[in-house]
Amino acid sequence: MTFVEKYKDEIADILSRYPVRRSALIPLLYVAQRDQGYVTESAMQEIAHLLRLTPPQVYETITFYTMFNLKPVGTFHIQVCKSLMCALVGSDTVIEWIKTKLGIGPGESTADGLFSLSVVECLAACGTGPMMQINEDYYEQLTENKLDRILTDLRSTGTSPLKSGPFMWPEPVKT
Amino acid sequence: MAGTGKDVSSETLGEAGTPLFIVRLACNDPMPKHELILLKNMMQPGYTGSLADYEKTGGYQALRNTLGKLAPADVTAIVRKSGLRGRGGAGFPTGVKWGFLPKDYQGPRYLCCNADESEPGTFKDRQLMERDPHQVLEGIVLACYAIGSETAYIYIRGEMVLGSKILEHAIGEARAAGYIGKNVLGSGINVDVWVHRGAGAYICGEETALLESLEGKRGLPRIKPPFPATHGLYNKPTVVNNVETLANLPHIITRGPEWFAAIGSPPKSTGTRVFCVSGHVKRPGNYEVPMGMTVRELVYEYAGGMRSDKPLKAFIPGGASAPFLTPAHLDVKLDFEHVAAAGSMLGSGGVTVMEEGTSMVWAALRLMEFFYHESCGKCSPCREGSSWLVQTMRRIFAKRGRMEDLETLLDLCKNIAGRTVCAFGDAEVAPIQSTLKHWRHEYVDLINEAEAANLIRPEPVARR
Ligand SMILES: Cc1cc2nc3c(=O)[nH]c(=O)nc-3n(C[C@H](O)[C@H](O)[C@H](O)COP(=O)(O)O)c2cc1C
Ligand code: SF4
Ligand code: FES
Repeated sequence: MTFVEKYKDEIADILSRYPVRRSALIPLLYVAQRDQGYVTESAMQEIAHLLRLTPPQVYETITFYTMFNLKPVGTFHIQVCKSLMCALVGSDTVIEWIKTKLGIGPGESTADGLFSLSVVECLAACGTGPMMQINEDYYEQLTENKLDRILTDLRSTGTSPLKSGPFMWPEPVKT
Repeated sequence: MAGTGKDVSSETLGEAGTPLFIVRLACNDPMPKHELILLKNMMQPGYTGSLADYEKTGGYQALRNTLGKLAPADVTAIVRKSGLRGRGGAGFPTGVKWGFLPKDYQGPRYLCCNADESEPGTFKDRQLMERDPHQVLEGIVLACYAIGSETAYIYIRGEMVLGSKILEHAIGEARAAGYIGKNVLGSGINVDVWVHRGAGAYICGEETALLESLEGKRGLPRIKPPFPATHGLYNKPTVVNNVETLANLPHIITRGPEWFAAIGSPPKSTGTRVFCVSGHVKRPGNYEVPMGMTVRELVYEYAGGMRSDKPLKAFIPGGASAPFLTPAHLDVKLDFEHVAAAGSMLGSGGVTVMEEGTSMVWAALRLMEFFYHESCGKCSPCREGSSWLVQTMRRIFAKRGRMEDLETLLDLCKNIAGRTVCAFGDAEVAPIQSTLKHWRHEYVDLINEAEAANLIRPEPVARR
């Protein structure tokens, strides 16, 4: 089944939101990335056809945005923020911890394909740094203990209860 | 901790000698001495941000009292009278901006809610959207009504997956209750609201880059004029407003422009700001205070003061794009005029505090690396200049600098600022220019060390 057939309803819903088809490009690339973990060339071809774009038009857009993967990444893509506000509270130390614990540096993946590490810029969690994003989830106010627990959780269950919920900091006091 | 409820207060971070305390103290300690507007609901323990919770606090009453009762032009007039200025960075008066839309234009107009929040140091829109999404949505519908738009897109940064899900859910609730969709509350007005996720590019927060991105293209800013008010999304009249700007609207409608205009530092900086305090303070976080509060009060009373006994050395008052200020500026009032007069800008409201012992060259380099990474590459002064700046800064920080590098830095800055397609060019030179102005000796010391050790060596040219 082609990509477009597989996600027929979702694609129709996305297209209905925009008066100009090309606006659906980024949303559709997200669907393709969810499907395979990265955006395959055939999905790009199909999307180009669907939106009446040329393949280079799709390619020029996709390569501008850092969140699209053009090749497979680890099951858990760890992205540590290294911008100034996080760096002030120890993000470089967090990167070192990950290097020692997983044996990978930025841009690398573990041999089992489980973890990849990237170092990224500000993710809008500067008051609760140091922080990282793993796949779709944020993890904030990292400590070494917390990092260990997160990695263990991910290995055993694929997710971790330490991830952030709806953000508010500081939190109201419960009385 | 943000949302998990697990306590890590007793743990410390970092290698020996760098105790990085995480202090967990509640925010209404000290109790706010003034009324909260935007954070009021979410400060109630147990408030979930659901439609039912929002309605219980009077939510959507502003919309009910507007549709069929006020003309769109009246809403614009009220907002203009309130003095509300944009919270996204530039501080442009919101009602005035709306007034630029062509009055007689037949055809679609658009509202874009700028939820790209990627300015380092800023994390308020995330909280406003994730904790009280209906407050933002009500503001969006009110703005659509005022400008005659039937379609709004919320451009949210791609990384905020949770935020986009919360908004989608809230839109579903509002649609079912008749606040969004066809014939809103029986008024005959149609307003559709869609969430559109970005995909990881800081520049898409710039309003015209945002529009390009929303059209499915690379996020390259457009040359202005023409402005979005006449040629925006799909070349149609468009308003781009920040999340916090829009969230203020229901309150202004309900309580009146005079009430709002009396808060803060009237006449030019009215209302509150949600300041995002980060860095070396005891209690970093979001604090909503009336504009015009001094930095000293914000840092020492709200954010709990410095995290250790090291005194404050430097702060940034308005996100990464705002020039650094010194302890001599602690009594500067946090409003548009006073911060500008002190040589910086209020920008996005991100207040970052640095303690004594922080290298200013290092700090400026960190921010420069951000700007180098995020330059969209459309215009040469910014594209090439950011690369030169970052290489020169790296060289100086690695103690391979020469004295003439300082002139090179200043010269480059002068040739970038004001000569680019978008305001990113002005932003990227701010950290270097301001640290060179206030802490030139730190640059000089590093260079002297390099010269004394005879460490100056040619460096291979780094390529992107
Ligand atoms: C480089 C750059 C980045 C920007 N990033 C953001 C952003 O992340 N969020 C935002 O609301 N405004 C951002 N702005 C400001 C917008 O261009 C625009 O002024 C703002 O969204 C208008 O809304 P307001 O009038 O409600 O503030 C940015 C501007 C520049 C030049
Ligand atoms: S100033 Fe920089 S970010 Fe702005 S358009 Fe030019 S290259 Fe792009
Ligand atoms: S600096 Fe790390 S989240 Fe903003």
